[in-house]
Amino acid sequence: MNSENKYMESVYKYGRIWNLSMMVLLFLFPVSVWLIFGAAPDWHGLLLGLLATAPMYWAVGVVETFTYIPMLGAGGSYLSFVTGNISNLKLPVALNAMEQAGVKVNSQEGEVVSTIAIAVSSIVTTVIIIIGVVLIRPLTPVLNAPVLSPAFAQIIPALFGGLGVVFISKNWKIAIAPIILMLALFIFVPAINAGMVGIMVPVGVVFTLGVSRFMYKKGMLN
Amino acid sequence: MEFNVNSPILFLLAGIIILAVVAQSVFFLVKAWRRGLEIGMDREKLKKISVTAGVFTIAPAIAIVISVITLAKDLGLPLPWLRLSVVGSLSYETIAATNAENAMGLTFGRVTALTATQYVTIAMVMTVSIMVGIWLVPVVCKKMQTGIINLENRDKKWADIFSAAMFIGMISAFLGYVFADFSTIFHGDPSGLIPVCVMAVSALIMCIAGLMVKKFKLHWIGDYALPISLIAGMASAIPITTWLS
Repeated sequence: MNSENKYMESVYKYGRIWNLSMMVLLFLFPVSVWLIFGAAPDWHGLLLGLLATAPMYWAVGVVETFTYIPMLGAGGSYLSFVTGNISNLKLPVALNAMEQAGVKVNSQEGEVVSTIAIAVSSIVTTVIIIIGVVLIRPLTPVLNAPVLSPAFAQIIPALFGGLGVVFISKNWKIAIAPIILMLALFIFVPAINAGMVGIMVPVGVVFTLGVSRFMYKKGMLN
Repeated sequence: MEFNVNSPILFLLAGIIILAVVAQSVFFLVKAWRRGLEIGMDREKLKKISVTAGVFTIAPAIAIVISVITLAKDLGLPLPWLRLSVVGSLSYETIAATNAENAMGLTFGRVTALTATQYVTIAMVMTVSIMVGIWLVPVVCKKMQTGIINLENRDKKWADIFSAAMFIGMISAFLGYVFADFSTIFHGDPSGLIPVCVMAVSALIMCIAGLMVKKFKLHWIGDYALPISLIAGMASAIPITTWLS
């Protein structure tokens, strides 16, 4: 086994151990509260709450898993699906880091860079949230100040404006069709609103892959 | 023990789990760092990647703190602290909490004091509903990565286009999202232009940063171009919102 395979095998092995352990730990929170306070869940409420929430999020979770793994790399995927905030933080951080380092995600260097960027981002996020929780009383009036709220409400447009320039300028040929499609869908189809972006990401990915494959086969991407 | 949504024991439980998440991040960071050095990557380059990732994270992380504050009104601090440090996001957690509260006859945003039973039920709904990625990644990651490597070996050019197409597909969906409220202008309300203008400012700043790197060789700007465009875009949202609201 060469060193790359050896490294990847150990990423898969430890990724499995960590993620499955985290799954158990996450379940321990409600179970511990149940045992400590002697309060079983409201089974009827639990069932209704799960029926209203779980099917949609399970479906989105499955689609997100298959969509994001090729973009995040192995180590980055194990970490991102535990630490969350993938599309609004972990994926942009990884993309920016790989772009900055001039490496591709499906290379050995890309795997390393993506994992480092996501790990650092996760640690920094956790530390900032801890600071926020500790200082919640003095921070609440500042962070909830009406003057600042538009800035935090527009974080996604501010993020994808910069990121879009970098990636679209480098891949403009394959970007035209999906951008037109997505603009048309979001502007002219009332049923597709901002809350549906999680579902539209895989739609955009599959459509772009199809268009790119067609253009590649027709020799339009040489 | 009497239940309270801000009981110290809840902070302790949340803290232990969050500590485990940090440990996982540190584990993978060290592992990837060592691997980077092993394959001949420059230590300075790795440091720069880490610093940029850290700087870039600050503004979105503060937005997450605001989400914790929002959810804490109903759920107390420990549960939102845990949920938003691990797996969750504001939109998901709000929907999960709202559905769980509705199922028990409560209204999200108007809850004064949850009982332990209600709290456990909400925490269960949040936990079970979002667990898919955590277990599915270990199941499929190796197979998917192997498939990508095979694709790379079969047709390298297509493999490169394939990964670029995935990024572009994701970015195009978010560009569409920015235009989600654009149709308000057809009804005489310009507020739907706010995200579009913010995105334009961010894109413009990124273009200027790119020009400065190319023309004046200011490479440090290139390293921080994305965090700079993010902050500039967010800052521009304040006057743009006032102007277009």
